[in-house]
Amino acid sequence: MSTHPGRLAAENRRLLLRLSVSAAVMFGFGFLLVPFYEKICEVTGINNFLRPEAEQGARAVLNTQVDTSRRVLVQFDANLHHLPWRFQPMQRSIEVHPGQLVQVEYEVSNTRDVPVTGQAVPSYGPQLAGRYFNKMDCFCFEQQTLAPGEQRTMPVVFVVDPALPADVTVITLSYTFFELPGRNTAAAQPPKPALVEGAS
Amino acid sequence: MAAVTHDQLQGHQPGPTGLMRWLTTTNHKDIGTMYMIFSFIMFLSGGVMALTIRAELFQPGLQVVQPEFFNQLTTMHGLVMVFGAIMPAFVGFANWMIPLMIGASDMAFARMNNWSFWLLPPAAILLIGSFFVPGGATAAGWTLYAPLSVQMGMGMDLAIFAIHIMGISSIMGAINIVVTVLNMRAPGMTLMKMPLFCWTWLITAYLLIAVMPVLAGAVTMILTDRHFGTSFFNAAGGGDPVMYQHIFWFFGHPEVYIMILPAFGIVSQIIPTFARKPLFGYASMVYATASIAILSFAVWAHHMFATGMPAAGQLFFMYATMLIAVPTGVKVFNWVATMWRGSMTFETPMLWATGFIFVFTMGGFTGLICAIAPIDIQVQDTYYVVAHFHYVLVAGSLFALFAGAYYWLPKWTGHMPSEFLGKLHFWCSIVFFNITFFPMHFLGLAGMPRRIPDYALQFADFNALASVGAFGFGLSQLIFLVVVVKCVRGGERAAARSWEGAEGLEWTVPSPAPHHTFEQAPVVK
Repeated sequence: MSTHPGRLAAENRRLLLRLSVSAAVMFGFGFLLVPFYEKICEVTGINNFLRPEAEQGARAVLNTQVDTSRRVLVQFDANLHHLPWRFQPMQRSIEVHPGQLVQVEYEVSNTRDVPVTGQAVPSYGPQLAGRYFNKMDCFCFEQQTLAPGEQRTMPVVFVVDPALPADVTVITLSYTFFELPGRNTAAAQPPKPALVEGAS
Repeated sequence: MAAVTHDQLQGHQPGPTGLMRWLTTTNHKDIGTMYMIFSFIMFLSGGVMALTIRAELFQPGLQVVQPEFFNQLTTMHGLVMVFGAIMPAFVGFANWMIPLMIGASDMAFARMNNWSFWLLPPAAILLIGSFFVPGGATAAGWTLYAPLSVQMGMGMDLAIFAIHIMGISSIMGAINIVVTVLNMRAPGMTLMKMPLFCWTWLITAYLLIAVMPVLAGAVTMILTDRHFGTSFFNAAGGGDPVMYQHIFWFFGHPEVYIMILPAFGIVSQIIPTFARKPLFGYASMVYATASIAILSFAVWAHHMFATGMPAAGQLFFMYATMLIAVPTGVKVFNWVATMWRGSMTFETPMLWATGFIFVFTMGGFTGLICAIAPIDIQVQDTYYVVAHFHYVLVAGSLFALFAGAYYWLPKWTGHMPSEFLGKLHFWCSIVFFNITFFPMHFLGLAGMPRRIPDYALQFADFNALASVGAFGFGLSQLIFLVVVVKCVRGGERAAARSWEGAEGLEWTVPSPAPHHTFEQAPVVK
């Protein structure tokens, strides 16, 4: 609209600059959409795979197999068969619902001054309960070699099957550790790591 | 500096001739012509791809091409038509006509104008050339969705660079148009006196400046995901492929208005001419264009209803999308009201413009149907969507381009285009267009998915029909080539005011428009 060519050229250049800056800003805006999108997802709880840990509490998949109408008392027992170890459960008993995933711990220590290898054997009372007592993980699945004076915390992870007969209200889980004498030579090698290094 | 500009304006220096004339030209008419020739070549290339697709889909089973190549064809057809044919064609119209319409001697930045055109051929070579690299062209669909686009071969990289270059070209062209329209108008040519084509292009140019950089950002993210270890869209690295869709459609939805608003402008020039009445509701046309542009930023997720969105989000984007039908309806109403009781004649440009209103409105209505979230989830990625966007892009943008070409060919060439061939071109195009795309509505509603080279037997008849229509439509476009060549070489001399009812500054200069026009700015009353 201006009549003076010099002034017009200056005005054109000013507008060119502004529009170029707008284009550059919009290029940045494209990248700004990335954190903006993640924030929206976080606030609205969409696409929680971006931040799984933030959503774990509210949205963790619930175990629908738990029978909350029943309670079963599980007692823990520990025995040693001619083995100079200390072996005891960290808790005497625990009350569980059938179907519930439970983890308990046993403590064992070697009081001898040589490495000893042992194997735990479980038994159940009543004996019938053994069929309904599903161990997911247990220190009795493997041989345990303890260095002189070593102390270890060992887990048992189990589920009591909801099909457990209704008249069984108390289950006793009893472990007995046997020494495996021939295996003591293996103790010259570094001890096998426990499944879960509990308290260490 | 000022002296050189002055000399150039006066046309005292004989410029270079031959190829160098076209390489070095800063004349808006030369550049406009080159834009249009370029876009027509790209239109034919994209058309050949489309016909190969239709040849494959003529019968069920695989006959003509392998599925991998079919995917490349659908992708490249979209990219070439959108970025190579439609967009540059409108920029060509803008270059030729905006200075003539507002009484300016040239575009504001004539050298930048030259550069923004000459960026396009290299981009086109990169894009088309990607067919010949190992792995072939990108086959991720024209939307280049992650994660496919992150996995493609080197053809994808070429496409990304081509999009970068075409984006830079578009942004420069858009900046040039904004500055020209805002600063270079003749005295007395106030904004609200401007021809509507200038208005729609001004708003389109703002859209381009706002969203082309976002697309550049999106494809840059794909590029860095592919080669530089970032994880914008890689879920394993903490990214999210759905985010690509959000960023892409933040560009993509304004982009569809970038391709249709200048078409609205062209039609708004033509209908008053042949109805011999001023445009009905000029101000409402301007405001409707602006509202469409503003709303276009708030509707992008209607392309993504099927990605899993909260109901509140679906409702928002559904209602916002439907809202766009209001300003669009205002426009259609105004065109029809302009015709109402006008002294109408149906020369070729008017035929195309009337055909545009009819067929584009059909595409608008199917768009409204797609906007309804529960229906969209049904028709997502089916041929219903293919029918919808071809009704608005071919019958909308392309038909308006043809209308504008027939309308302004006398001004460009100095000769009247052949009425017989022009009408033949129109009737062949509109009939074959509907034979091609109307059956796709039924195919889509029956569940035929798009972008797949084979289909279930029950879709065979409609597909055969669509393929016949497509070849008819494709061949009809050669008529246009004949019309233009004949028109350039000779024919009935065109008067300065080539059409009886034509209004506007462009009809005050002789036909063909001399190389330099409006060196002395006209005064608009």
